[in-house]
Amino acid sequence: MKNRLKVLRAERDWTQAQLAEKLEVSRQTINAIEKGKFDPSLPLAFKAARLFGLSIEDIFKDQE
Amino acid sequence: MNDGQTQNRGWQAKVRTQTRKLGYWTLAWVLTMALATFGPKFLWESSALISVAAIGLNLLIGIGMIVANKEHLTSLDEMQQKIHLEAMAVTLGVGLVAGLAYSNLDISNVISFDAEIGHLVILMSLTYLATLVMLNRKMR
Repeated sequence: MKNRLKVLRAERDWTQAQLAEKLEVSRQTINAIEKGKFDPSLPLAFKAARLFGLSIEDIFKDQE
Repeated sequence: MNDGQTQNRGWQAKVRTQTRKLGYWTLAWVLTMALATFGPKFLWESSALISVAAIGLNLLIGIGMIVANKEHLTSLDEMQQKIHLEAMAVTLGVGLVAGLAYSNLDISNVISFDAEIGHLVILMSLTYLATLVMLNRKMR
Protein backbone atom coordinates (compact mmCIF):
# COMPACT_ATOMS: atom_id res chain seq x y z
CA MET A 1 0.00 0.00 0.00
CA LYS A 2 1.35 3.43 -0.99
CA ASN A 3 0.81 6.49 1.15
CA ARG A 4 1.39 10.27 1.21
CA LEU A 5 2.30 10.43 4.87
CA LYS A 6 5.82 11.75 4.25
CA VAL A 7 4.57 14.52 1.93
CA LEU A 8 1.76 15.54 4.27
CA ARG A 9 4.16 15.56 7.20
CA ALA A 10 6.69 17.65 5.26
CA GLU A 11 3.97 20.15 4.27
CA ARG A 12 3.30 20.75 7.95
CA ASP A 13 6.99 20.78 8.79
CA TRP A 14 6.62 17.95 11.29
CA THR A 15 9.35 15.48 12.15
CA GLN A 16 8.63 11.74 12.30
CA ALA A 17 8.84 11.98 16.08
CA GLN A 18 6.24 14.77 16.16
CA LEU A 19 3.84 12.82 13.93
CA ALA A 20 4.44 9.73 16.07
CA GLU A 21 3.52 11.77 19.15
CA LYS A 22 0.28 12.91 17.55
CA LEU A 23 -0.69 9.40 16.45
CA GLU A 24 0.47 7.73 19.68
CA VAL A 25 2.84 5.30 18.01
CA SER A 26 6.62 4.97 17.98
CA ARG A 27 8.82 6.92 15.54
CA GLN A 28 9.95 3.59 14.06
CA THR A 29 6.34 2.81 13.17
CA ILE A 30 5.93 6.13 11.33
CA ASN A 31 9.19 5.43 9.47
CA ALA A 32 8.03 1.92 8.49
CA ILE A 33 4.63 3.23 7.28
CA GLU A 34 6.27 5.97 5.21
CA LYS A 35 8.61 3.45 3.60
CA GLY A 36 5.71 1.09 2.86
CA LYS A 37 7.17 -1.61 5.09
CA PHE A 38 4.17 -1.64 7.40
CA ASP A 39 0.49 -1.09 6.62
CA PRO A 40 -1.40 0.60 9.45
CA SER A 41 -4.63 -0.78 10.88
CA LEU A 42 -7.94 0.86 10.00
CA PRO A 43 -8.18 2.69 13.37
CA LEU A 44 -4.68 4.14 12.90
CA ALA A 45 -5.45 5.10 9.29
CA PHE A 46 -8.62 6.89 10.49
CA LYS A 47 -6.62 8.65 13.18
CA ALA A 48 -4.10 9.86 10.57
CA ALA A 49 -6.95 10.98 8.30
CA ARG A 50 -8.55 12.96 11.15
CA LEU A 51 -5.21 14.53 12.01
CA PHE A 52 -4.58 15.72 8.45
CA GLY A 53 -8.24 16.61 7.83
CA LEU A 54 -8.39 14.28 4.83
CA SER A 55 -10.11 11.04 3.89
CA ILE A 56 -8.25 7.72 4.22
CA GLU A 57 -8.19 7.40 0.41
CA ASP A 58 -6.43 10.78 0.18
CA ILE A 59 -3.56 9.42 2.27
CA PHE A 60 -3.42 5.69 1.52
CA LYS A 61 -3.60 4.18 -1.95
CA ASP A 62 -4.00 0.51 -2.83
CA GLN A 63 -1.12 -0.56 -5.07
CA GLU A 64 -3.29 -2.79 -7.29
CA MET B 1 2.39 21.44 24.69
CA ASN B 2 -0.61 20.43 22.56
CA ASP B 3 -3.06 17.62 23.27
CA GLY B 4 -1.38 15.18 20.86
CA GLN B 5 2.00 15.66 22.51
CA THR B 6 0.52 15.30 25.98
CA GLN B 7 -1.29 12.11 24.93
CA ASN B 8 1.82 10.62 23.35
CA ARG B 9 4.06 11.50 26.27
CA GLY B 10 1.41 9.65 28.26
CA TRP B 11 1.58 6.71 25.85
CA GLN B 12 5.39 6.63 25.89
CA ALA B 13 5.41 6.90 29.68
CA LYS B 14 2.96 3.99 29.85
CA VAL B 15 5.22 1.84 27.64
CA ARG B 16 8.25 2.76 29.77
CA THR B 17 6.35 1.94 32.97
CA GLN B 18 5.18 -1.44 31.61
CA THR B 19 8.72 -2.26 30.37
CA ARG B 20 10.18 -1.41 33.78
CA LYS B 21 7.45 -3.45 35.50
CA LEU B 22 8.21 -6.46 33.29
CA GLY B 23 11.93 -6.07 34.10
CA TYR B 24 11.24 -6.11 37.86
CA TRP B 25 8.95 -9.17 37.62
CA THR B 26 11.48 -11.01 35.43
CA LEU B 27 14.31 -10.20 37.86
CA ALA B 28 12.18 -11.41 40.79
CA TRP B 29 11.31 -14.60 38.90
CA VAL B 30 14.99 -15.30 38.09
CA LEU B 31 15.99 -14.69 41.72
CA THR B 32 13.24 -16.97 43.11
CA MET B 33 14.18 -19.58 40.47
CA ALA B 34 17.79 -19.44 41.73
CA LEU B 35 16.50 -19.73 45.30
CA ALA B 36 14.34 -22.77 44.47
CA THR B 37 17.19 -24.38 42.49
CA PHE B 38 20.18 -23.77 44.75
CA GLY B 39 18.42 -23.32 48.11
CA PRO B 40 18.03 -27.05 48.89
CA LYS B 41 21.78 -27.57 48.41
CA PHE B 42 23.27 -24.41 49.93
CA LEU B 43 20.68 -22.87 52.27
CA TRP B 44 18.25 -25.31 53.91
CA GLU B 45 19.82 -28.72 53.41
CA SER B 46 17.01 -30.44 51.49
CA SER B 47 14.09 -29.58 53.81
CA ALA B 48 11.08 -30.59 51.67
CA LEU B 49 8.77 -28.03 53.29
CA ILE B 50 11.06 -25.08 52.54
CA SER B 51 11.69 -26.41 49.03
CA VAL B 52 7.94 -26.57 48.33
CA ALA B 53 7.54 -23.04 49.72
CA ALA B 54 10.38 -21.77 47.50
CA ILE B 55 8.91 -23.47 44.42
CA GLY B 56 5.45 -22.09 45.28
CA LEU B 57 6.90 -18.58 45.61
CA ASN B 58 8.64 -19.01 42.25
CA LEU B 59 5.35 -20.10 40.66
CA LEU B 60 3.47 -17.11 42.10
CA ILE B 61 6.14 -14.67 40.91
CA GLY B 62 6.03 -16.48 37.54
CA ILE B 63 2.30 -15.75 37.24
CA GLY B 64 3.04 -12.09 37.98
CA MET B 65 5.70 -12.12 35.26
CA ILE B 66 3.25 -13.60 32.74
CA VAL B 67 0.66 -10.90 33.53
CA ALA B 68 3.35 -8.18 33.31
CA ASN B 69 4.47 -9.58 29.94
CA LYS B 70 0.90 -9.48 28.62
CA GLU B 71 0.43 -5.91 29.88
CA HIS B 72 3.75 -4.90 28.30
CA LEU B 73 2.71 -6.36 24.94
CA THR B 74 -0.66 -4.62 24.96
CA SER B 75 1.00 -1.29 25.79
CA LEU B 76 3.09 -1.43 22.59
CA ASP B 77 1.93 0.09 19.30
CA GLU B 78 0.55 -2.10 16.51
CA MET B 79 3.80 -2.53 14.58
CA GLN B 80 5.73 -3.44 17.72
CA GLN B 81 2.99 -5.93 18.62
CA LYS B 82 3.25 -7.46 15.13
CA ILE B 83 7.03 -7.81 15.51
CA HIS B 84 6.62 -9.56 18.87
CA LEU B 85 3.87 -11.79 17.47
CA GLU B 86 6.12 -12.95 14.62
CA ALA B 87 9.05 -13.45 17.01
CA MET B 88 6.83 -15.52 19.32
CA ALA B 89 5.58 -17.62 16.38
CA VAL B 90 9.15 -18.40 15.30
CA THR B 91 10.20 -19.11 18.90
CA LEU B 92 7.26 -21.45 19.52
CA GLY B 93 7.96 -23.33 16.28
CA VAL B 94 11.68 -23.65 16.94
CA GLY B 95 11.02 -24.67 20.55
CA LEU B 96 8.56 -27.37 19.56
CA VAL B 97 10.48 -28.80 16.60
CA ALA B 98 13.98 -28.56 18.06
CA GLY B 99 12.79 -29.57 21.55
CA LEU B 100 11.17 -32.80 20.39
CA ALA B 101 14.08 -33.61 18.05
CA TYR B 102 16.47 -33.06 20.99
CA SER B 103 14.33 -35.34 23.16
CA ASN B 104 14.36 -38.02 20.44
CA LEU B 105 18.16 -37.80 20.26
CA ASP B 106 18.25 -38.50 23.99
CA ILE B 107 15.66 -41.32 23.88
CA SER B 108 17.46 -43.07 21.02
CA ASN B 109 20.81 -42.62 22.84
CA VAL B 110 22.39 -40.74 19.94
CA ILE B 111 23.68 -38.17 22.44
CA SER B 112 25.70 -39.35 25.42
CA PHE B 113 24.18 -36.85 27.89
CA ASP B 114 20.62 -36.23 29.15
CA ALA B 115 18.49 -33.71 27.28
CA GLU B 116 18.12 -30.80 29.71
CA ILE B 117 15.09 -28.47 29.70
CA GLY B 118 17.53 -25.61 30.35
CA HIS B 119 19.05 -26.10 26.89
CA LEU B 120 15.60 -25.64 25.34
CA VAL B 121 15.00 -22.48 27.37
CA ILE B 122 18.34 -21.07 26.18
CA LEU B 123 17.52 -21.96 22.56
CA MET B 124 14.07 -20.34 22.80
CA SER B 125 15.48 -17.20 24.45
CA LEU B 126 18.17 -16.80 21.79
CA THR B 127 15.66 -17.47 19.00
CA TYR B 128 13.28 -14.82 20.37
CA LEU B 129 16.09 -12.29 20.76
CA ALA B 130 17.57 -12.94 17.30
CA THR B 131 14.14 -12.77 15.62
CA LEU B 132 13.31 -9.50 17.39
CA VAL B 133 16.60 -7.94 16.25
CA MET B 134 16.11 -9.21 12.68
CA LEU B 135 12.51 -7.96 12.41
CA ASN B 136 13.35 -4.57 13.92
CA ARG B 137 16.15 -4.17 11.35
CA LYS B 138 13.78 -5.21 8.56
CA MET B 139 11.28 -2.53 9.57
CA ARG B 140 13.89 0.26 9.66
